[in-house]
This record gives sequence, structure tokens and C-alpha cells, in this order.
Amino acid sequence: MQAFTQLNGLVVPLDRANVDTDAIIPKQFLKSIKRAGFGPNAFDEWRYLDHGEPGMDNSQRPLNPDFSLNQVRYQGASVLLARENFGCGSSREHAPWALLDFGFRAIIAPSYADIFFNNCFKNGILPIILSADIVDSLFNAVESSVGYKLTIDLEAQTISTPDAQSYAFEVDTFRKHCLLNGLDDIGLTLQHVDEIKAFEEKYKQVQPWLFN
Amino acid sequence: MSARTLYDKLFDSHVVREENGTALIYIDRHLVHEVTSPQAFEGLRLADRKVWRINSMLAVPDHNVPTTDRSQGIADPISRLQVETLEQNCNDFGVTEFKMGDARQGIVHVMGPEQGATLPGMTVVCGDSHTSTHGAFGALAHGIGTSEVEHVMATQCLVQKKSKAMQVRVEGKLGHGVTAKDIALAIIGKIGTAGGTGYAVEFAGSAIRALSMEGRMTLCNMAIEAGARAGMVAVDETTMNYVKGRPYAPRPEQWDAAVAYWSTLHSDEGARFDSVVELSAEAIEPQVTWGTSPEMVTAINGAVPDPANESDPTKRGGIERALQYMGLEANTPMDQINIDKVFIGSCTNSRIEDLRAAAAVAKGKHVAANVKLAMVVPGSGLVKAQAEQEGLDKIFKDAGFEWREPGCSMCLAMNADRLEPGERCASTSNRNFEGRQGPGGRTHLVSPEMAAAAAVAGHFVDVRLLLN
Ligand code: SF4
Repeated sequence: MQAFTQLNGLVVPLDRANVDTDAIIPKQFLKSIKRAGFGPNAFDEWRYLDHGEPGMDNSQRPLNPDFSLNQVRYQGASVLLARENFGCGSSREHAPWALLDFGFRAIIAPSYADIFFNNCFKNGILPIILSADIVDSLFNAVESSVGYKLTIDLEAQTISTPDAQSYAFEVDTFRKHCLLNGLDDIGLTLQHVDEIKAFEEKYKQVQPWLFN
Repeated sequence: MSARTLYDKLFDSHVVREENGTALIYIDRHLVHEVTSPQAFEGLRLADRKVWRINSMLAVPDHNVPTTDRSQGIADPISRLQVETLEQNCNDFGVTEFKMGDARQGIVHVMGPEQGATLPGMTVVCGDSHTSTHGAFGALAHGIGTSEVEHVMATQCLVQKKSKAMQVRVEGKLGHGVTAKDIALAIIGKIGTAGGTGYAVEFAGSAIRALSMEGRMTLCNMAIEAGARAGMVAVDETTMNYVKGRPYAPRPEQWDAAVAYWSTLHSDEGARFDSVVELSAEAIEPQVTWGTSPEMVTAINGAVPDPANESDPTKRGGIERALQYMGLEANTPMDQINIDKVFIGSCTNSRIEDLRAAAAVAKGKHVAANVKLAMVVPGSGLVKAQAEQEGLDKIFKDAGFEWREPGCSMCLAMNADRLEPGERCASTSNRNFEGRQGPGGRTHLVSPEMAAAAAVAGHFVDVRLLLN
């Protein structure tokens, strides 16, 4: 996993509540057995005017000019600004894979669905929670100034705006540690093999039917 | 010891270690399907890691399988590759898989309980958000992402933080024609699709205790649509009677010890919940969704809402966008909305009891002329066989329904079953998101009874009028 320390990134607004993972990456693309290559189909149904299927040449497809991610001013964005309950619905990790492949390293929203939130951390994406009021003011700021960038510092847990405002955000200690160091969860857990084995042995005595 | 919730008991009994509020919890059952597992198996191979406990895993292809004649295999080459990849991975690692031709094949959340592979007191995970279904057995069950699928394979554990506990109490007696699906939709209508975010939800109260296991599964299945990763119901006689004698259930000599332990799996008197929501069963009416999120729901005798009455601008915009997508006018009575297709199936409502209920409504009637397709997709090969033994297939076919092979089918349209743009569907599935059942398709979530009633009427209708 790619580590996340600091990011100075262009922000793109996605002004909808309850954006679900079906919208982030439609199901026809889940047939892939790979982890990479989902970026061109992120938000496929909103981004293109035609219907997308795997294997199409996406560079030839008609873009929806009204969709923010397509607008010239937001090209190269790495921070996604969103509304509440972002990432609800299916548990598909293809959603964070698609966002990462598209170029996003951070998301800012008032709230997220649990599984999606969790999946982001496993893939080097930092999902930040800010109050609905602050998110609202960021929407205004992004829309009114072209080239609006935010600086995100994970170590310090702060976001700074171009006009030198700073917002603090919370992040779980363990997840922060993994993200800062780009650590693989499995490797960390396997440091506790003995404890897992000991637990398993004891457990087998108590509920043997689970091991039939 | 102080009074504990069911969730406390399930979580605490699985903690291997804990540090700064982050726990490593032991996983008893790992269910696997073809869509969210290939990258996890690939990760294991790349890191040269083994599966910790093969016997905890059970795999089945469900999302991509065709529901029509299977003798020719899967036509779509990409779908086929995904199903073949699961088969290859299961062969390579030695995981038990119920393949497409096996009578036990079906939707993963129907198959697990049916096999007795979901047991009270277990932790159950699957790379699928509707894993919450298995909480119906007094188990701690939730969906995980593919990285976590790989993590569970390699370590038999999951890194977890304890959630807050919510109790949803439904007291009283459900009216005739009102089902577990209606309870689920009514709850989501009340607390919203994010209402349960951060919580593990226990469904309790006399109306829940009166539900069959099928009904409890329907309810827990939809917990995720209320934002809760896990839904659960305390263990009682109904649970044990369902489990007894199933292939993966405790052996006869283990049964008494299992029952003794399972009998402790309920919230203690006086246990504290972080949040309590109460509903009266008598007040719940048959539900129909009108929008593109499960919280956009109303009773059958209600109407499509008017965005003009919503003062919150984000919500108003959401309603306007939903009505536009759904092709609906504000204030239209729900029972005047015509439909094009009917889908009875999915891990929410494809069990034998669901099919019996739908058949009881369809019996002796016929699908309306304006309905292009009404399909029934049993949740598993075993459900299908049972239904055929009871003659339900004949009732459906005589009424003009198509009778299909088991799988996820038009719940998410990854196989050939889908809505065409603009088509309107009465569906017993769990998500009415934009494009969920096919690009441009319009989904209305209902119970199996309500779907069958809509099929014969050609529009949504209060099933109670047909039953009386
Ligand atoms: S039936 Fe639908 S919700 Fe259930 S597992 Fe299949 S696709 Fe997911």
C-alpha cells in the first residue's frame, strides 16, 4: 500500500448525498479479476453519456459536460469533496480501487458508510470527516475559486485552505499509523500468530462444533 | 458481571487481542463468492501465504450465474472467467465450493443458513454487504472488503473496532399481508439509510420474536440498508429448530452443549444500548419505495412526495433528482403507478417462505397484460426443489410467471437478467439505486406478496385487498 503523509491537492466537488458504491463503480466492471484499471470507469453512468461496458475504448466515449469531474477546471484533482453517507451500499472494494486509479488520495465528507470508509484505509486513501457546516463552506470555496487546493497533513491531522484557515480532523490511531507507513494489515496481524493459535486452541475446547 | 447486550457477548467472546480500542477478532465462518474474491486469492499467491483454516470457508458462485438453461454454461465471456476463476482458486487452495450444477448452489446468504453453515454465536464474514443476513441466527455477521477477505483467509482474524449498540424494538402483532420486508422498509423509512451507521443493531420485541427464521433473515439482510454493518436477533426456539439436522450443524453428541451455550445468546435484562428505536407492528402497512434510496419509501396507500414540501435544500434536490430518474410526478398515489416487470428473488426474499407467500397471492390469477416479464428466481437449488415439490412452480407458471434457476439475477443485473432503460419493476430485492437492475431501470422495493399482487394487477396495489 502506498503511504499517505502529506498532500497538496486540487479539489473537485461532488454535490450529492448518499453516493453509493454502485454509482462509484457500476457492477458491469466488477467482473474484472484484477485490482487495477477501474479509474476510467469511476462514476461511469454520470461521467459518460453512453452506456459503458468492460473492454470499451473510454477515450472515444461522449463525456457528460455537466458532471464536475469532467470539467476542465477540475482536471488532475486528487481530493474529492462529497456530501453525507458517501460510499453507501455494496461492500465492493472496487469503489476505492476506482477512486485511487482515477487519482484520488483523499475524500472529505460529513459522513461515510462503514464498509467503504474501512476499505479506503486499506488502499491508501484518507477519508476525512468534517462537520456539515465546514463541508458546506468548502463547497462554496471550491466552486467560487478556480484551482482551489487543500493541504492535508495526516501526521498533524489538519487541512489548510489557500486563505490560511486550518481545520483539524480525527483519525483512528492504528489506521493513521498504517497509512503513514504504508503498512500491510496482514503482515501486522501475523506478528501475533501465537496469540491467534492460543485463542483457537481454547476456543476449540469450548465450541468444538465450530470445527467440524 | 453487569448486564450485557447480545452484541457485547458476540464481540467479546471473539477477541484474540486488543490494543488502544482496536481488536483482533476471530472469524468462525468465511463465505466466498466469485465477485469479491479473485483479488484476495491473487494477493495470497503473490505473498506466498496459505489459508489459515480451510474448513471455515465455503464458496459459491451466485452473482454471475445464468438463471435460464445452464447446459451451455455462461455466455458472457467475462462473467464466465470470473466463475471459472473462483473454481480454479477453490481447487488450488482446497476450499469447498458448491458449483453451478450442484443442487446446493445458490445465493451465498441463502446457501449458508440452509447448510447450517451459519450458526448461533458465530462470527460470519463474506465479501458482500448483505452478510448482515446471518445475524438472524444470533451471530455477529458483517460484510467486508476484498483486502479483508484476504486478511481473514491468511489470519482467520479481522481488525475491528467495537461499534455502538442500537436496539430496534418492534412490539405488537403484524397485520395480515404485512411482512418482515415491510418492517425493514418501515425502519429504514424512519431512521434513514445512514441511521444505523456506526451501530450494530439488535432487532427485538414481540413482533420480531414472532417472525420465522426466513423473516428474521429478511430483516437482518436489510440492516445494511439502514447503514448498520451488522443486524442481529437473539437466539430462541425458532433458531434452534431451524438449525437442527442441517449438514453443518453440530453433531448429535455435540447438540446439547451447543444448545446450552446458544441459550445465553440474548441481551441481558437491563443491558444498555446507545440508541433505542421503537415501532409498533400494528402501525406498519405494506411498503413501496418511490425513489432511488431505500429510505425513499411510503405505505401503499401513500403517495409520491412533493419536493416543494421539503425545506432542507440537499434533501429537496435529492427528491427532485429521484423523481426525475424514476419518471414520477409528485403526489401520484402509489397504487396508480403501472409496472413493466416483476422480480421475485434476491438474498432478501427468495427463500421457501417468500415463494409460498407470493404463490398464495398469484394462485388462480394471471399476470396483467401490461407486465412484460414476471420472474421468480429461487434463492438456491434446494429452495427450488422444495418449491417444486410443493407445486409452487406450477402455480407461478400457470399465472404467467417465469420460473428460473437460482442466483442473484436481477437484484443487480450482473448476468443477463436486467431492466431496459425506463422500465419500471416491482422487486423483492434490497436496493433501488440508480441503474441497480440495469442502466436507466426503475426499481420499487416491495415484499414478495406485494410483488405478486403488482404482477397480477399491473400496478402497485394493496395486497390486503387481494387477500381478503
Ligand atoms: S441477491 Fe443481490 S444483494 Fe444479495 S448477494 Fe446477490 S447481488 Fe447482493
